[in-house]
Amino acid sequence: MSTKLNNYLTILTAMGLLAVIANGCKPKNVSSATSGDGAEKAYVAPGKYDEFYNFVSGGFSGQMSVYGLPSGRLFRVIPVFSVDPEKGYGYSEESKPMLNTSHGFVPWDDLHHIALSETDGIHDGRWAFANGNNTPRIARVDLKTFRTAEIIEIPNSAGNHSSPFITENSEYVIAGTRFSVPMGSNTDVPISTYKQNFKGTVSFISVDKNNGAMSIAFQVLLPGVNFDLARAGKGKSHGWMFFSCYNSERANTLLEVNSSQKDKDFIMAVNWKKAEEYLAQGKGQKQTVAYAHNVYNEKTHSATSTIERTVTVLDPKDCPDMVYLMPCPKSPHGCDTDPTGEYIVGSGKLAAVIPVFSFTKFQKAIADKTFDGDYEGLPVLKYDAVLHGEVKKPGLGPLHTEFDANGNAYTSFFVSSEVVKWRISDLQVLDRVPTYYSVGHLCVPGGPTKKPWGKYMIAYNKITKDRYLPTGPELTQSAQLFDISGDKMKLILDFPTIGEPHYAEAIPADLISKNSTKIYKIEENENPYAAKGEKEAKVERKGNEVHVYMTSIRSHFVPDNIEGVKLGDVVYFHVTNLEQDWDVPHGFAVKGANNAELLIMPGETQTLAWKPDRTGVFPMYCTDFCSALHQEMQGYIRVSPASANVPLTFSTNKAPESAK
Amino acid sequence: MKKINLTLTSLLLCGLVACNNSNNQTASTETTPTEETTAGGQEAVLDNDSEKDIVKIAVGSKDHTTLVAALKQAEYVNDLSNAGPFTVFAPTNDAFNKLPAGTVDDLMKPENKDKLTDILEYHVAVGGYKQDMLTDGQTINQANLKNITINIKDGKMMVNNVANVVATIPAANGIIYVIDAVLLPPAN
Repeated sequence: MSTKLNNYLTILTAMGLLAVIANGCKPKNVSSATSGDGAEKAYVAPGKYDEFYNFVSGGFSGQMSVYGLPSGRLFRVIPVFSVDPEKGYGYSEESKPMLNTSHGFVPWDDLHHIALSETDGIHDGRWAFANGNNTPRIARVDLKTFRTAEIIEIPNSAGNHSSPFITENSEYVIAGTRFSVPMGSNTDVPISTYKQNFKGTVSFISVDKNNGAMSIAFQVLLPGVNFDLARAGKGKSHGWMFFSCYNSERANTLLEVNSSQKDKDFIMAVNWKKAEEYLAQGKGQKQTVAYAHNVYNEKTHSATSTIERTVTVLDPKDCPDMVYLMPCPKSPHGCDTDPTGEYIVGSGKLAAVIPVFSFTKFQKAIADKTFDGDYEGLPVLKYDAVLHGEVKKPGLGPLHTEFDANGNAYTSFFVSSEVVKWRISDLQVLDRVPTYYSVGHLCVPGGPTKKPWGKYMIAYNKITKDRYLPTGPELTQSAQLFDISGDKMKLILDFPTIGEPHYAEAIPADLISKNSTKIYKIEENENPYAAKGEKEAKVERKGNEVHVYMTSIRSHFVPDNIEGVKLGDVVYFHVTNLEQDWDVPHGFAVKGANNAELLIMPGETQTLAWKPDRTGVFPMYCTDFCSALHQEMQGYIRVSPASANVPLTFSTNKAPESAK
Repeated sequence: MKKINLTLTSLLLCGLVACNNSNNQTASTETTPTEETTAGGQEAVLDNDSEKDIVKIAVGSKDHTTLVAALKQAEYVNDLSNAGPFTVFAPTNDAFNKLPAGTVDDLMKPENKDKLTDILEYHVAVGGYKQDMLTDGQTINQANLKNITINIKDGKMMVNNVANVVATIPAANGIIYVIDAVLLPPAN
C-alpha cells in the first residue's frame, strides 16, 4: 500500500513539473496542415453555386442540415424528428401529426444517418431518408421541397441505429434495432432474462418507386445482439444486405466490459430476395403491433397520422439460406460495401485492423458449406474463407469507410483521429491525414453508391476542443473538407455543424436544384381551411372554437381586426399566404401563444391554435421580413370575458363584418 | 547507461516540442502557402483546467520515461490523448530494464516500429476497466487483438501472471495500471 501511494505521489509531483512542458507542446503551425491553396479550392464566389449538396444528419438535434460543398455554407436545417419553432414544425396544427407515435406526440429524436434514393445504384435526387434513433422511426424528406414528407415508426425495435440504408433501386430502406428487446405479448420480463427473452429485428421498408410511400414489407427476427450499421449489396451482391452486429455476448449490463469479451462479433448477411420468396410462400408470421405512419399531403398542406396494427415477421428458423454470419473483429461498427459490390468492409471499433470480406468468397463458402458452427441457429461462415484480407495496422479505432471511383477506400479512425486512404485490391495504405479531432463518419459524394462522384471527402468530427473560438463548455462539432482529387488527401476547409453530425451524403447539385419547388400553387391548395383570396377570409364560431380564415399578402392580413373572442375560446388562425412569388413567405405570431410562430410559404395554409388566458387586445404580426411595409403588416384581436356580449366581427380597413 | 540515454531522448523530444510553442498565437493567421507540415494532434491541445489525461500523466512520471519514449517512437501519443476511454498497463522504467539487454534499444530502431507498436498496443485496451469490474481469470482483448489475462489474488492484481499492478492512477480518459513487468504478446 505504501509503495503504491509513494509511486502515486512521485508521479503526481513529477507531473506538476513536466505537465507544464507537455502542455506547452502545441506546435506552432496548426493551420499549416491545410494546404496553401485550400481557401481557393473551397471558395465559392458570392452569387455562384456550390457543386454539391451535402445532407448532414443533425444527431441529437433531430434535424437534417443542408450544406453546400465545397463552401461549407449552411443553406437549411430541415426539421425532421424534432419540433422547430422557427418553422412552426410540430407547432402548427397541420404538422403536429408528423411527430405522432404509438407513444403519442414525441417532439424530439436523435437523427443519425442519411440515405439518398438511388436508381440502378446511382443517386437519383428524389428523396433523403433518415432514422430516428430513440423512438424508432424512419423519415423520408422530399428533395423537391426539402420538407419531411413521411415518417413511419418501427415496431419491435429500440434504438433504431442500423438505419436507414438503401438498396440500389430504392426497393427497400432498412432499419435494424440497436437494442434488442423483449417482444410479443409479454414484454414485462426481468432484464436478467435477456438471453431467453430479448430479440433483435431488422425491418425492410418498401419504397413506392413513383411517390416514395413507405410501408414495412417484413421484419426478420434475430438473436438478441446489437445491430449497429448496414449497407446494401450492389451490382453482383444486389439482393443482399449486410449488417454489423456487436454484443454477441448478449450482455445486458456494463456493455463497456461485458460486450467486449469476444475477439469477434459478426457481419450479418441477409438475402432479401430469398426473403421475398419466403414471404410469397406465406412463411411470414403476422404479428399484432402498433406503430404510427405519418404522411404529409402537399395538396392539403396537412399531415395525417394513422396507427397501423400488423407487421409480418420472418424467422430464419423457417427460412433456410436467408441469413448468414461472417465473424468480424471486434465490436464492428461500420459495415460498408464498395462500389463494385464485391467487398464488404467491417470496422471493429476496438481494433487496429480492418477486415475486408469478399462477396465471391462469401458465396463460395456458402456453396461449400465452409461453416464454423452456428450462432443461435444462424450459420457462421469461417473467417478465413470469406476474408479478402485485412488492412494491417492502419490506425486505432476504425469506424466508417467510404469509397472513390478509383478502387480506393477511406476509413475514419476515432481513437487515432485520422483518415486513412487505402487500396482495396492489395489492402495497402496509401495516405493518412489527421482530423481535429476524433472523427466519426466520412462522406465522399456518391461514396456509398455504384458511382462515387469523388473529388471531396468530408470528415465529421466529434470533438473540436481548440479548433474554434471557445463558447463555454459546450462546443460545436465540425466537418472537415478534404480534396481527394490527387494522390494525397488535402485538408481545405473546416466548418461547424449543427447538433452532432453522424452520417452524411453529398450529391451533385444539379440532380436536385433543377427540381426545387419555388411556390405552392394557390389553386391546388386543398387545405379545408384555406382562404384562396381575400374575399374568402372570414371568422366562424363553432362552440368555443373560433376559426379565423386569414389571408396574408404584402403587406396586410385579412382580417386584421377581430373582436368577440371570449375567455375559454380556442382561436384557430388558418393563415393562407396568397403570394405566388418565389421567396416571399409570411410569418404569423400572436402575443402569449403557448406554442410558436407559423411560417407560411407562398400558396400554403398553416394553422396556429391560440388559447387566450386573459382579456384585452392582443397584437398579431408577420414575423418574416416580407416587404418594405413588413412593419405595417399587423393586426389586433380583442378578447372579452366569457359573459360578455361583444359580437364576433372581423374586418380590414372597413366596417366590421359579422361572423357566422 | 541505456536508461540515461532514453531519459535524455525523452527530455529532448519534449523540449523540441515545447520549443515550437513560442508563437502559437500567430499560427491561426498564418497563411503562407508553404509545404504542409504535421500539425499538432489531440496531444497538443492547450488545456490546464481539465483532469490530466493518460499521456500527460505518463509524461509527468519519472518512472515512465522509457514508456513515454517508446510511445513517441511508435507515434502513439496522439492515440492515447483521445477521448478513449483506455485502460493502459504502464510498465515502469525498471520493468523495461528487466528485459534482456539490448531489447529496448532494438525496439526503438525505426525498422522495428511495427513490433514496438504491437507490444505497446498489447498494453492498451479500449475501455475503462476499473478493478472492481474485473475478476480473476478474466481476459481482455487488447488493441493489438491479443488477450491478456487478469489475475486477482487477495485483492492484488496481476496481468498474465507476470506483471504486478503496483499503482492505479485514474486519468481523464481512462485508467493507468502501473506494472512492474513488460507484457509480451503471444506469438500468432
